[in-house]
Amino acid sequence: MSTWLDLIKEKIPEARVLTELSDRYSYSFDASFGEYLPEAVVQVKHKEEVVSVLKMANEHQIPVYPRGQGTCLSGGPLPVFGGIVLDISQWPEKIDVSPDDLTVTVTPSVLTGNINKEAEKHGLMYAPDPSSAHVATIGGNLAENSGGPRGLKYGVTKDHVLGLEVVTPEGEVIRTGGNTIKNVTGYDLTKLIVGSEGTLGVITEATLKLMPKPRDFQTLMVSFGEVRKAGEAISKTLTSGILPSKMEFMDQACIQAVENFKPVGLPKNAAAIVIIELDGHPETLKIERKLVEEIMEEVGATDIVVPKSEEEAEKIWHARKQVSPAIAKIKPTKVSEDATVPRSKIPDLIDRLQEIKEKHKVEIVAFGHAGDGNLHPNVLCDKRDQEEMKRVELAVEEIFKAAIELGGTLSGEHGIGTMKAPFLESELGEVGVDMMKRIKESWDPNGILNPGKIFAEKGQKLVLRNE
Amino acid sequence: MSDLQVLQDKLNYDKTFDCVQCGYCLPACPTYETMERETHSPRGRINLVKMVAEGKATVNDLESPIEKCLGCMACTTVCPTNVQYGEILEGTKEVIDEQKEKTKRRQQMERFLFDEFFPSKNWMDTLGDASWFYQKSGLQTMAQRTGASKIAPLHIEEFEKVLPEMPSPKRRRDRAKRYIRKRPSTAKVAFFTGCIMDSVFFYSNENTIELLLRSGAEVLIPEEQSCCGALHAHTGKKESAKELAKQNIDAFEKENVDYIINNAGGCGAKLVEYDHLFEKGTEWHQRAVRFVEKVKDISEVLVDLDHLDFQKPLNKTVTYQPSCHMTNVQGVTDAPLELIKKIPGVQLKELDRPDFCCGSAGIYNVVNYEESMDILDVKMEDVCGVAPEGIVTSNPGCLLQMKLGVEREGLNDKSDAVHLVDLLMEADPQ
Ligand SMILES: Cc1cc2nc3c(=O)[nH]c(=O)nc-3n(C[C@H](O)[C@H](O)[C@H](O)COP(=O)(O)OP(=O)(O)OC[C@H]3O[C@@H](n4cnc5c(N)ncnc54)[C@H](O)[C@@H]3O)c2cc1C
Ligand code: SF4
Ligand code: SF4
Repeated sequence: MSTWLDLIKEKIPEARVLTELSDRYSYSFDASFGEYLPEAVVQVKHKEEVVSVLKMANEHQIPVYPRGQGTCLSGGPLPVFGGIVLDISQWPEKIDVSPDDLTVTVTPSVLTGNINKEAEKHGLMYAPDPSSAHVATIGGNLAENSGGPRGLKYGVTKDHVLGLEVVTPEGEVIRTGGNTIKNVTGYDLTKLIVGSEGTLGVITEATLKLMPKPRDFQTLMVSFGEVRKAGEAISKTLTSGILPSKMEFMDQACIQAVENFKPVGLPKNAAAIVIIELDGHPETLKIERKLVEEIMEEVGATDIVVPKSEEEAEKIWHARKQVSPAIAKIKPTKVSEDATVPRSKIPDLIDRLQEIKEKHKVEIVAFGHAGDGNLHPNVLCDKRDQEEMKRVELAVEEIFKAAIELGGTLSGEHGIGTMKAPFLESELGEVGVDMMKRIKESWDPNGILNPGKIFAEKGQKLVLRNE
Repeated sequence: MSDLQVLQDKLNYDKTFDCVQCGYCLPACPTYETMERETHSPRGRINLVKMVAEGKATVNDLESPIEKCLGCMACTTVCPTNVQYGEILEGTKEVIDEQKEKTKRRQQMERFLFDEFFPSKNWMDTLGDASWFYQKSGLQTMAQRTGASKIAPLHIEEFEKVLPEMPSPKRRRDRAKRYIRKRPSTAKVAFFTGCIMDSVFFYSNENTIELLLRSGAEVLIPEEQSCCGALHAHTGKKESAKELAKQNIDAFEKENVDYIINNAGGCGAKLVEYDHLFEKGTEWHQRAVRFVEKVKDISEVLVDLDHLDFQKPLNKTVTYQPSCHMTNVQGVTDAPLELIKKIPGVQLKELDRPDFCCGSAGIYNVVNYEESMDILDVKMEDVCGVAPEGIVTSNPGCLLQMKLGVEREGLNDKSDAVHLVDLLMEADPQ
């Protein structure tokens, strides 16, 4: 047995150092592609344990891969060079709400949805709401800078972080930021760590911003005969002085998939629908709802549904949530992308997707957080069909290209990980990538923390095949 | 077909692709919570099955993760892509069962237990004495064969402590086979008595019959009925399960009844899935479908007939621990609650997490005692939060387990676990 494993076992209880094949395979994947077998899985439960693992790993140059609940869609926690998967999900959960400060301090393993549940007890909310909030850890959210539908009005995870406790790759504990809303002391390392995908440090505690929970909500579902019109309607609403909390988009293929899966009465003939949520004071909502209806009519909506009860609204949002499982019925493998473009460019992106779909003969559907320009084009295929997967790889590459050409970005919320690393330079340029690499090298001189992510190896390509 | 292909077929390899590895099932899984590793989560188990089917790991690597699965099916209710975890699990158990090198003694034991003991009405009838059941039935030996031997003999005692009082063998055999009403009946009901239910919880079965009669139904107990086969299927003995299913379908077809009822969540779950055992288009499949259409839990039928009027108020707070198989497989959730709420004086306090398994899970608590007790501890913490005077369940396994939970927490003077039908009878319905 390798000596580094013995060293680990000196510091971490043996029951939490997993080396059996079955355990190693259980941490070899995430919710994206690829499967890499680690040599060991180490389950840490407090900061000192993280410190000792990283110190040892740094000294012996063993790669360490932080992992929350493995729901990443870009390969973030995959142990691509073997070594150690550092499982953070079993860390005892602690959620300390300070209602008077409108802040909350949490341990990294806390499920994001639980933060919101605790906040609600005080009439507050934790705004970021990725659809995986009830399974993903806040540590994973911070590392990926996750966002959700509410991002339109409230921003993504990084907009709600005040301070962090981080263990550096060399095993030192640092604190970034603080507990105050305003804090401009020195470089903003908090923002640097958030979204660094576990490559710069292991987050062991976070202090987050809470905000008052809106008094009331109003949902609207609007149908369009043309996708372009839907795009126009979104721009027009956002420039009219109204800021909805959510504006979600579904194309026809998604609508039909949901109706075929578990029918909820969506307009099957619409080219696209936009589901809007307004939040705020009930009186304001009445006025805003009318204004939005007017805008939609003016742009040429074919139908506007205003739910009369909470249950009816819930049904519409449920339909939106059903998109993912519903489209998985079209074909078993789902390559879920998150190309993001300036909001005015959504119709162009949709046109480009149509071209890509025809060119490479693949199944593509699109839905997502159109209000912030963040679309999720999903390529539906079958992992077992190697020939098809090759075409999918080409199609995905073109989706990224299209997003960047339209002035957008490779990732709105899923991160770069292993999946998008080969395309990083096309967005950031050579020097841009080099500056980032220099940061990484100075934080992690031995390159032990989550190597193989964000930055591509020479000649690395997108691979969705197992062979 | 190559060996790997045969294995893939048996393991339901194709079905594992429905899993998109989203992890939505992780928070629902009791063993993931108590055993604290992905290996003992639904997603982890499905992935391991896939790895074995691809030849990357061996059946041996699968054994512990699969054996430690409760089969509670909580994972299937939250899965967005509707992964057929139950089928993957049973297929895998079959493969493990086939590949296991068995000692002669163990083979004999299994043959006795599964081929003779559970299916046999006679054996069950002679089961008058419960301690006999636990000591001589082989559960003890079974615990030994699975490696739980170090601890098993002690725990058998634990279970014995909480067994209810047994009827005399005479009382048991004197039970009528047919309860015909003098007044016109509202429904004709055939009662699937269940093997453990009918031996260990004989009085609950009597109460079930009484409740049906008081609801205006005519009750018959087909004599040729056998064990439901759940334990066989769950331990990978699909062929035996199939044989038992056939025997039961035969037995119940003879009578033209409106309902085939049972009062054991686990048995009911097997009965409502009899059609899955046979290939579509075959005659047995058709017969199974017809059988399944009539299968109902006692609570559903009592609600349907709606004839009970409770005379005696029971002034106490109770909580309801639903059986996983009743909730997650049969989808029966409201009927028991509706009945409890009808009893005057009863205050129903719901658990925080009623859908969390109690850890009984067939014979899981005997063969995986420690793991089962960890799960029971989580359950009891919830129960203690509610502090009820009665815990109502609807499955013999859960009932024993909850009784054990009460015992372990030292709550004997404050609380007791009862079967739903016993609680209903206590309130003297007319
Ligand atoms: C069905 C589904 C829906 C999703 N919806 C959304 C969505 O709406 N918006 C969105 O943004 N994402 C979404 N995701 C992606 C995913 O849920 C998020 O990226 C999430 O943040 C991952 O959290 P996790 O706990 O699973 O982390 P993991 O997947 O385990 O890890 C993610 C990354 O974080 C790093 N990491 C984990 N913990 C720490 C730590 N404590 N310190 C440092 N680094 C750490 C890992 O190394 C890895 O790079 C979705 C995923 C699924 C499967
Ligand atoms: S919820 Fe379903 S699809 Fe998601 S990981 Fe679990 S089994 Fe797989
Ligand atoms: S059946 Fe129960 S124990 Fe088994 S994986 Fe599913 S939720 Fe977990």
